[in-house]
Order: sequence, then structure tokens, then C-alpha cells
Amino acid sequence: MPPLLEVRGLQTEFRTGAGVVRAVDGISYTVDAGETVAIVGESGSGKSVEALSIMRLIPNPPGRIVAGEVLFDGRDLRKLPEEEMREVRGRDIGMVFQEPMTSLNPVLTIGRQITETLEQHQGANREAAEKRAVELLEMVGIADPRRRLRQYPHQLSGGMRQRVMIAVALACNPKLIIADEPTTALDVTIQAQILELMKSLTQRLGVAQIIITHNLGVVARYAHRVNVMYAGRIVEAGDAEAIYHDPHHPYTMALLKSVPRLDQPRRARLDPVEGSPPDLTKLDGGCSFRPRCRFAVEACGQSQPALETVGAGHVAACFRSAEVAKAREIAQESAA
Amino acid sequence: MRDQTGLAPLLEVRGLQMHFPITEGVVMTRKIGEVKAVDGVDFAIARGETLGLVGESGCGKTTTGRCILRLEKPTQGQIIYDGKDISRLSQKELVALRRRMQVIFQDPYSSLNPRMKVGDIIAEPIRVHGLERDARRRRDKVRELLSVCGLDPKFVDRYPHEMSGGQRQRVGIARALAMDPEFIVCDEAVSALDVSIQAQVVNLLEDLRERFHLTYLFIAHDLSVVRHLCQRVAVMYLGRIVEMAESDELFDNPMHPYTQALLSAVPVPDPRVEASRQFRPAKGEVPSPINPPSGCVFHPRCPMAVENCKKARPELREMRPGHWVACSEVH
Repeated sequence: MPPLLEVRGLQTEFRTGAGVVRAVDGISYTVDAGETVAIVGESGSGKSVEALSIMRLIPNPPGRIVAGEVLFDGRDLRKLPEEEMREVRGRDIGMVFQEPMTSLNPVLTIGRQITETLEQHQGANREAAEKRAVELLEMVGIADPRRRLRQYPHQLSGGMRQRVMIAVALACNPKLIIADEPTTALDVTIQAQILELMKSLTQRLGVAQIIITHNLGVVARYAHRVNVMYAGRIVEAGDAEAIYHDPHHPYTMALLKSVPRLDQPRRARLDPVEGSPPDLTKLDGGCSFRPRCRFAVEACGQSQPALETVGAGHVAACFRSAEVAKAREIAQESAA
Repeated sequence: MRDQTGLAPLLEVRGLQMHFPITEGVVMTRKIGEVKAVDGVDFAIARGETLGLVGESGCGKTTTGRCILRLEKPTQGQIIYDGKDISRLSQKELVALRRRMQVIFQDPYSSLNPRMKVGDIIAEPIRVHGLERDARRRRDKVRELLSVCGLDPKFVDRYPHEMSGGQRQRVGIARALAMDPEFIVCDEAVSALDVSIQAQVVNLLEDLRERFHLTYLFIAHDLSVVRHLCQRVAVMYLGRIVEMAESDELFDNPMHPYTQALLSAVPVPDPRVEASRQFRPAKGEVPSPINPPSGCVFHPRCPMAVENCKKARPELREMRPGHWVACSEVH
């Protein structure tokens, strides 16, 4: 069976005062039906731009998708006329953003925002749409849904608003939900409620998910597969188990080591990734992680490493991936 | 309260209360209620110690920090700093104190003046307090502070917008150190930073504490960072401390049902651990501090609550040496 979503060689550029920035630089990955795929990376790694590119929501100017294919359910979304693309957004692909206060319309009631989607995409009449809205709010765990339908976003808490966003995203029975940092603005207990809700609903309804996040804990808990991004590229991809326990890219390894863990005893010093992320206007032809990499050799400066298979369904873009994996094994043995 | 060395603590907070009035009307202003942001908090910090203050939005952790810095005048309670109650001092009397206490904020974007060069941002407090009147020596001191904080001294001539988030936070730290303080409130000081940069700044804070014998109150919502940076941790909920213990003890043996719910909600970056973890997020949301629940403020969300929890407010009890819990159902 072909994947539900296949992204091939996607490239997105922005014109800035400092020159052209290739925020997404040739990204390819797939999402199968019903699967949860995570895209992890730090600020500026291109993870959000990549998601917006799939939906063709890149503001132009200054942004532009310059190359690649986005095959969704057999169609290339990049080639669709804008009219049809509008139908895809919200009907076939639902979206959940970080800040529900800015992605909900402040002057429309909660009910209207849900019924609008239903009327727009499914041609439902007012009455049927309202009935469905009540069902949806119930489904996302909002008590007293009839009263809530008549309220405005500012009358709801952050967690409630995010539940409403999920209800809107699920309203038209989409096949895929793209969630961009869906819980980053929320407190940790509310984050847990929202993520559990998304997990159970997507499982029950068979919806695939792309979760974009910087939180490695959230990824470990919810993702089947993981794409690690750095400076606009996927540097490593594979099953969550392989990424966390058998990383082959030095960035993935360093990132995992730098995160303090709640389940490990206090240690006075953490192991940070030294240096800072690169300036995307000043990339050269070599590996962009090279200046921060302790495995870097001369070859790393000469060309950009491509993704190579390092295990079953596991790829890494590093000339030294064998040495990286070996170093990790040795470190693990000496620790044990 | 004495610390392990038998010395008096650097800071002691007793019965701290900060109630903000809610008013109605413009000409004839009437008080119609109050927000109980901090509602009876007690703790002490020993010299050289890092105490973590954790909790979710609105639990009162930032207000507690602001009261200690005397950016707010608490409505009740004592703040004993180096043996002296500072809770009632006037603004004039506070000037001398401001040198000894500093703060590092979360957002280096909004806490650095965008029109000032980095060198001037750091030099300003030194100049204002008249610590170093000679301009050249002031400049030398600024360069030294930058290099102590891991920045190139050449940065004195840069503007904040020319720097990355991590670099800006280092400037914020350098500015706090400019007064040679002994006590620093770090209010979400590493929360806005990316993971790889966050670890660098956590290490810097720890190095500075040792080098300059600093004492920290580390206010944060990220529990994993707190576990690694703090010797002791206090958990706040709706204006009160519900649990307090040494860091490893608190995270390995949480006793208060709220702490347990909070810790279970934090996902660990390891799919094997996550697959085997019990996961029961607390039901519902944090109630309003305007009209907090009676008795134990956590009782409406608590899986262990009994009838009495609605009536009596539980006080902190020492359940194990150094481990304090405010719950009547923990034995």
C-alpha cells in the first residue's frame, strides 16, 4: 500500500535582508495511514516551515516553495489549484497549532468556528452542524458542550482552547492531522491531558499524525517514527526505538545526551552540544553540523552527506555514522 | 530554621502572603475581591544553596520571587534576608539591598534594552550604584564579566538583536553579576532556550554559583532541569507549598498527590521507559486563586481526597528527615 503522505525533495526558501535562506533544504519522508510521525528539531531547524509547506501556507513573498513533491492520497498537493487546496485544508488534513488563542477567531463563538468548518467542507446545514459540534466537543472531553458552544475563545482556559482546536481539526474526519508544537504553551499536566486525548482519538478514528516538537520526551512517548532535523535537513530518521537507543548521527546523539532526565539522579553538570546552530545565510557546501561535531574530519567540509541506510528503516546523513554508533556502544559498555 | 552547617540561612520566608485586590469602579474604587497569589509560604535557603521553586502557571512561584526581591510589597509575612526583615522596608532603604540581590528573567529579548549596546547594558547598574566611577575600569569590568559568562569581550559593541537567544541570556547573567550579588532569583532563566543551548546555560549557572559563592532561588516549570540544578526543591500549588525535599528525594519519592500527578505527566526522553510507565494525568484544571477551594486546595482534583480534606487546611509536616509534605492523607 502506498503511504498516505509522501514528501519528496521539498525545498522552501525565504528572501531576507541577509540573503536567501533555504529554510527547508530537500526533505523526503513518508507517513503511513494511522501512524504518528514526529519531526524534532530546535528553533530554526525548519520543522515548522516544512509543515506549512505541506499545507502551502508559506507567505509569499518572502517565502517560496522552490522544489519537491507532496503526494497526499495519490495527488501532488503542490500541483492543485488553490480552490482545491482549500478543500484539502481542514477537510483531509486537520491542523493544530501551538497557540490556540491566535489560531481561533476571537470574535466568533466556539460553536460558530466548528460549524463553519462543517458547513464549508461538508455542506452541512446549520442544525446538523450544531448537533455535530456538540458531539465533537463531547468527544474532546469538554463538559457542558451546549453552553461552551455559545462562548468565545477568551472565556476558555488554554487547555480548553486547545481541545476546541482538536475538535475543529477532527470535525471533517481528516486522514491526517499536523500538530505544530500542540502543547508547548500549556502546563505540564494539561499537556499530558491533551496529548493523551490526541493519542486516543487518532487511534480510535485511525487518523495519522505529524507531531512537530522540540520536546524529546513527548516524541519518546507518542511517536512511532522520528525525523530529526538540523539546519533545514533531515539528518536522521527511523523508528523511535532506533533513534533513541541506536543513534547514528552525532547531532541526535549529542541532543539526547544534553537533555536532563527526570528519571535520572541529579548530576552537577550536563553535557551540552557546544557552539550554536548555524546561520542559514552562511552555509557552505559541507555538513552544517560540522563546526559543533566532535567526529568531524576533513571530508565533512567538502560535501554534504546524504541520508544512508544504517539499519532497518533507519537512515542517517553522516560520513562517520559507523564511528558514531561505535563510540556510543563503547560509552554504554564502560558505563555498564 | 538552621541549615546543616548550623549557620543561619541567607534567606528565610515566613508566612508570606501576597493578595492582589480586585477593584471595581474608576472614581469610587471599591475592592470586590482578591487574588490569593501567594497564600502562606514558608521556606529557607542556606548560603550557597540552590532552591528550586516549581509549579504550573498561576501557582504563585513568580510572585514569591518578586516579593523576595521586593518588587512587590507582601500583604503579610516576613522575608528575613541575612538576619533582617526586609518585608516592610521603604524604597529608599531597599537601594542597598538591590546590590546584593539580583534577578535573571526568562526572556532575554524583552529584558534587554534593544537600543543599548551590550557593554552599556552591563555597565549601567555599576554606574547607577556608583560602584566604579572610572569609565575605563568600568569597561574592563564589563569585558571581564562577558568572558566569565562565556562571551567574547568584543561583544561590548554589539546590540542585543545581533545575538542569539543563548548569547542574550548570557548577557542577562553578566548584568546580574555586575553588582557582585550574593543572591540571584532565576525566574525561568533557561526556559526559552533550545535544548542544546539550555544545557550550556545550566552549566554556566552552576559554575558561577561555585566560583562566586552565589545562592539561587531557581523558579521554573521544567522539572527535569530543576532536578539537576537544585539541591532542594519546593513544589507550589495555588499559592501554597505542598511539598519540599532534597532534589533526588523529591523526584524519587514524591509523597504529595499533586507532586505525584505532576511528575507522572512529564514524559521521559526514552521510548522504552515511556512504554512501561504508569500514566495518570491529574483530572481537571487548576482552580481560580480568586476563590480557591476550602481546606486543602488540591482536594477537588485529588484521587486520595476524603471528607476532611474539604475542611482542614493541611500544614507542612516532616515525613522523613528534610522531606516536608502538606497532606493529611500521607502517613
